[in-house]
Amino acid sequence: MKKNLIKILTAAGMAVLTMGAIAGCSSNTTETTAAETKAAETTTASGSGDTTTAAATTAEKTADLKGSISMVGSTSMEKLATALSEVFMEKYPGVTVQAEFVGSGAGVEAVTNGASDIGNASRNLKDEEKSKGIIENIVAIDGIAVATDPSNAVDNLTKDQLIAIYNGTTTNWKDLGGADQPIVVIGRESGSGTRSAFEELLKLEDACKYSNELDSTGAVMAKVASTPGSIGYVSLDVLDNTVKTFKLENVDPTPENIKAGSYFLSRPFVMATKGEVSKQNDNVKALFDYIYSDEGKELVKSVGLIPAN
Amino acid sequence: MQPKSYSIFGGHGSKSGIEHAAEVIFTICGFFAVLAVASISIYMLTSGTPALFKVGILDILFGSVWKPDAAIPSFGILYVILTSIVGTALAIVIGVPIGVMTAVFLAEVAPKRLANIVRPAVELLAGIPSVIYGLLGILILNPLMYDLELEIFKGSSTHQFTGGANLISAVLVLALMILPTVINISETALRSVPHHLRSASLALGATKIQTIFQVVIPAAKSGIITAIVLGTGRAIGEAMAISLVSGSSVNFPLPFHSVRFLTTAIVSEMSYASGLHKQVLFTIGLVLFVFIMLINVMLNSLLKKGADKNDK
Repeated sequence: MKKNLIKILTAAGMAVLTMGAIAGCSSNTTETTAAETKAAETTTASGSGDTTTAAATTAEKTADLKGSISMVGSTSMEKLATALSEVFMEKYPGVTVQAEFVGSGAGVEAVTNGASDIGNASRNLKDEEKSKGIIENIVAIDGIAVATDPSNAVDNLTKDQLIAIYNGTTTNWKDLGGADQPIVVIGRESGSGTRSAFEELLKLEDACKYSNELDSTGAVMAKVASTPGSIGYVSLDVLDNTVKTFKLENVDPTPENIKAGSYFLSRPFVMATKGEVSKQNDNVKALFDYIYSDEGKELVKSVGLIPAN
Repeated sequence: MQPKSYSIFGGHGSKSGIEHAAEVIFTICGFFAVLAVASISIYMLTSGTPALFKVGILDILFGSVWKPDAAIPSFGILYVILTSIVGTALAIVIGVPIGVMTAVFLAEVAPKRLANIVRPAVELLAGIPSVIYGLLGILILNPLMYDLELEIFKGSSTHQFTGGANLISAVLVLALMILPTVINISETALRSVPHHLRSASLALGATKIQTIFQVVIPAAKSGIITAIVLGTGRAIGEAMAISLVSGSSVNFPLPFHSVRFLTTAIVSEMSYASGLHKQVLFTIGLVLFVFIMLINVMLNSLLKKGADKNDK
């Protein structure tokens, strides 16, 4: 009897171990952070009182919407997509939004072959993608800021100067009116959405000469802040006063300037669908109605982005 | 029956039951490790080899251009492999003498009181998470290296300034990280040298230092080599700390170049890679895996040789 008991215990122990091992491998879906929850609170609070047009049109459907929406795509859009899915699911309890973050290209691919309803891309769609019937719905605009360490005397760069720095032609700040100090060129690893957007916007694809390729936005900020004479690029929303931000062509990287189109380092956040939004199922339509509503715009702003319209 | 069964006076039946159960548990545990190793090996082989044939073995292993996202992608990891080899070798060259000397100090020279201060410090060093080494590297080592770099390459127009994130920083961090491994194993080896060897040497008129270098260290050779090999394994497999201090650009491993190791190549690009790029990252994993397997085989043969020698 004792033998059996021990055997059972062993079996149970093994089962727990295996479960643990399996569970460890399968946790890359929707994650909640404090920031998103806060975003959710503010938007629902502001939205509960007033009835916008978008909310009104979908109001009668709220009760009977059921099912799920899947979105796959850009890791740069993780913050936006997670906040959006959370607020949306609170508004439409019958709908589950599943968001996966695997990269812009993979997202568009998933929507093209029907594996997901929405493909998130942190860039404009390519012509070959559009030719497959994929519609580019721009839901937000992201700005890329160019930062340096606070002691740098240079405060404005032209597009050509920025290109010259990143392709290795200009290597000293004295050529740009600053101190005699070498430029430490910092960038992101290949595959990063910010890097591909930056290189694409400057037509520098695969021509950048980085001295440091760091694998997160936070690492770039830390390195730029601590290295005299460094230059690096990051998303607009992570900027703080540990670094100094460059004006580009005398334009500050502010949401107003980016929306007006005068700041050239910006990129769209696209939620691509197969066919027009109006031809999608009710769940997806409701999601787009939501993100284009005033409430949705507040949500977009709360994650550091600029609403598209 | 229950409480008594655990004592050796217990009934024969329950005793053999426990014996059997224990055997079963041990066997299952033993096979858990075998299963893990086997599945990892199979997984690495199946996911790492396709890219080798798609890109071409020579193009991957001996190509020097790493541009995975280019219009015409290029997946040469020669510089990455060289960096891992050079970086690990330099870390060993710096770390092993310090480690062995520390072990000699602890085992032979140090007064008991002093050894009681040094030994816990070494053990603590082993327990510090690697990310902490990396952070210290960023905050202390990199700025120092940058000052040095500015001094050495002053006025140079061809050198790309890295802000101190270079091979030397990575090597210093690695050397520090292998110290505990080297010290602990070497100390055990030195302590296991039979005391009569020391006595004989001292009786013949050799000084203490002569005894240590001419008798004790040669006698503990196989243990010290084991320490070096294990240190190599630790250095070549380390990713977190050096990904923070090495700059992570793919360059030829020169002291003031920003470099990328096999491990950091996987860590830094895995999260966004897709398609062939991802498969090549698995191939890098396979290369690393082969390196570590080689080190293990080397270790085993060395240990065996040592054991044979002792038998004679």
